[in-house]
Amino acid sequence: MSTTHAGSHADNYVSYLGNGTTWQSWLLTKDHKRIAILYLISISVFFLLGGIFAAAVRLELLTPQSDLMEAETYNKMFTMHGVVMIFFFLIPSIPATLGNFLIPIMCGAKDLAFPKINLLSWYLYIIGGVLGLYAAVNGGVETGWTFYTPYSSTYSNSAVIATAMGAFVAGFSSILTGLNFIVTIHKMRAPGLTWGRLPLFVWAHYATSLIQLLGTPVIAITLVLMMLERAFRIGFFDPALGGDPVLFQHLFWFYSHPAVYIMILPGMGVVSEIITAFSRKSVFGYKFIAGSSLGIAVIGFFVWGHHMFTSGQSVYASMVFALITQAVAVPSAIKVFNWTATMYKGSVSWDTPMLYALGFIGLFTIGGVTGVTVAMLGVDLHLHDTYFIVAHFHYVMVGGMVLAYLGGLHFWWPKMTGRMYHEIWARVSAVLVFLGFNFTFFPQFILGYMGMPRRYAAYPEEWQVLHIMSTVGASVLGFGFILPGIYLTASLLRGKAAQAPMNPYGAKGLEWTIPSPPPTENFLAMPTVNEEVYAYAETEEKALV
Amino acid sequence: MSEAVAHHTHPEEHVAHQFHDAQQQYDSSTLGMWLFLLTEIMFFGGMFGAYAVYRVWYPEAFKLAASTTNVPLGAFNTVVLIVSSLTMALAVQSAQLGKKNRLVLMLILTMVFGAAFLGVKGIEYTEKWHHHHVPGLNWQWEGEGPREVQILFCLYFAMTGMHAIHMVVGLGIMLWLLINARRGEYTASYYNPVEISGLYWHFVDIVWIFLFPLLYLI
Repeated sequence: MSTTHAGSHADNYVSYLGNGTTWQSWLLTKDHKRIAILYLISISVFFLLGGIFAAAVRLELLTPQSDLMEAETYNKMFTMHGVVMIFFFLIPSIPATLGNFLIPIMCGAKDLAFPKINLLSWYLYIIGGVLGLYAAVNGGVETGWTFYTPYSSTYSNSAVIATAMGAFVAGFSSILTGLNFIVTIHKMRAPGLTWGRLPLFVWAHYATSLIQLLGTPVIAITLVLMMLERAFRIGFFDPALGGDPVLFQHLFWFYSHPAVYIMILPGMGVVSEIITAFSRKSVFGYKFIAGSSLGIAVIGFFVWGHHMFTSGQSVYASMVFALITQAVAVPSAIKVFNWTATMYKGSVSWDTPMLYALGFIGLFTIGGVTGVTVAMLGVDLHLHDTYFIVAHFHYVMVGGMVLAYLGGLHFWWPKMTGRMYHEIWARVSAVLVFLGFNFTFFPQFILGYMGMPRRYAAYPEEWQVLHIMSTVGASVLGFGFILPGIYLTASLLRGKAAQAPMNPYGAKGLEWTIPSPPPTENFLAMPTVNEEVYAYAETEEKALV
Repeated sequence: MSEAVAHHTHPEEHVAHQFHDAQQQYDSSTLGMWLFLLTEIMFFGGMFGAYAVYRVWYPEAFKLAASTTNVPLGAFNTVVLIVSSLTMALAVQSAQLGKKNRLVLMLILTMVFGAAFLGVKGIEYTEKWHHHHVPGLNWQWEGEGPREVQILFCLYFAMTGMHAIHMVVGLGIMLWLLINARRGEYTASYYNPVEISGLYWHFVDIVWIFLFPLLYLI
């Protein structure tokens, strides 16, 4: 998209980073870009914390015996890994950092529609996170991140209420972010920026926000009922008190299944941007990619029952849920095929963001296809609650979302900070993450197929080789995650030597028409969009003529 | 939502910096409130879903439990809330017409009715406490199916309690509107905060319109 506005080359502007350096100027900021940075720092802390819990899990599984820690401690480790990674890292990851930073800019707006509410959502996130940390140091929690009743509400002796309260509060942060995005996308678009010209990143966030708005309140009330049951010993879900534990699972998964789309759709948006930018080619099938985001969001609300094939729900319900679940593969496949077609005959370059995006396509495909596998009723009876499931969702969540997050972070890092990172180190880390990831999780497919159940600290000796592979892979993966922390931080310290230009990749999009880092109000003059989205081909055809 | 508030009297000065004009701000705030109410529907929807499941499972126990509720007080509260919705609607109209004194009066009336509702709710809760019908804290049931009956009381307290919390928040919003209205913040060209707060108030009323028959009249 080209824009017509004066002064985009001006050097004399105050960037959002230069607009105040005091603590108050950051902690009370209403600037969506600063709030994005606040989120970036805080989710990085939680990612590190969740990673430490994961390291504990992998270390314990190095040997068949439960020797490094007791089974109960192990239960706490995997639970807190799940809670931290899902509620405090994956759900806010791309939307709250890259989304917060980019949605207003991509819409040609000065800020989100409700800047104060945006700041409020960061504080809610922090309060939720602090509650989660409080629970972690005060006994931890060992219910699994799913808080299944009646174990969570009656029998567990851990800090269930504080953890659930943390997830509850963080949920409102997520709702408010989604609300802000939808209103901004509807009402704040620049002149000429029609729905058909919105970047796919925005479409993906629109779909994500719908899920945040409609799904999150349901888990909020479900956790409230569970906490009430636990606090007052009253019956909602405990069969001993006349309640129905399967009802809890229905209510829980009504949110938590769509929530996995909160954790993947923004990643798909990022990958759509990266693939087209580094193929120098307009995205193939724009309308289909945009529509498939909405399709995933809508279908995603009707598949939750596939988590309960073995929980005693009606077999007819299971059949319907299995069919609808497999239908999600259609919009997902549309995206994968369209990304591939975008690269076809494009002039593909191998910059770091592209490496992550290519990794995403491969790993997401494996994660998605194994999802269809476990959606089949008969197969799922064998694979349910095994490492096959663990591998499947890590292929989507880590191989998909985390890779997309890192790809997006590298892609827009020059825009966000005004600094270029060290390209060679970045490529090394992208390759390490890809290899480490596969070494960690591919053996788990085999383990699960052979029957290794999830959530066990001990296992038969014949599975040790595969577990050792997995732990070694996790070490490589962990190293691959630490590297960006180092060279990205280093890029900030290198000062003017690493100064990023306005558009380092020659990419299309409103964010590349403004200085790096952007001015406080994003645009030096009000933008007008008079070009189709991703007009790469057009530019190159003109160049040929 | 609260973005819409700045402390000046000229309508143009109420436009927050991120908006181009008052119309864009008005449209955004209104859409924001509707979306928020959508999340509220899903929030209460979880409890209505649980209600539906247990109602199908334990129809007799639910009838038994509902027979202990105080229908006259519930009906009185229903009327009180409907009237408060009327005064709220009149408050919005007063703001649109720029009638400051009538706006202040209507907001006060809305608050009075809202507080009356909560007072009556308090009386009902006290009654339940004396009858030992508070699960978990003070529970005794001599009749049939104590476990099943208890579930309805759990839902009763969860649903009406959550509704009452929303009423309290609503009263807080009304107080904030009242302070601003007395200062003359709202004019015929800037009344959006009153309008979208009214949307919230009506929503909370409508929730009660569903709660009353489900919990009292079955």
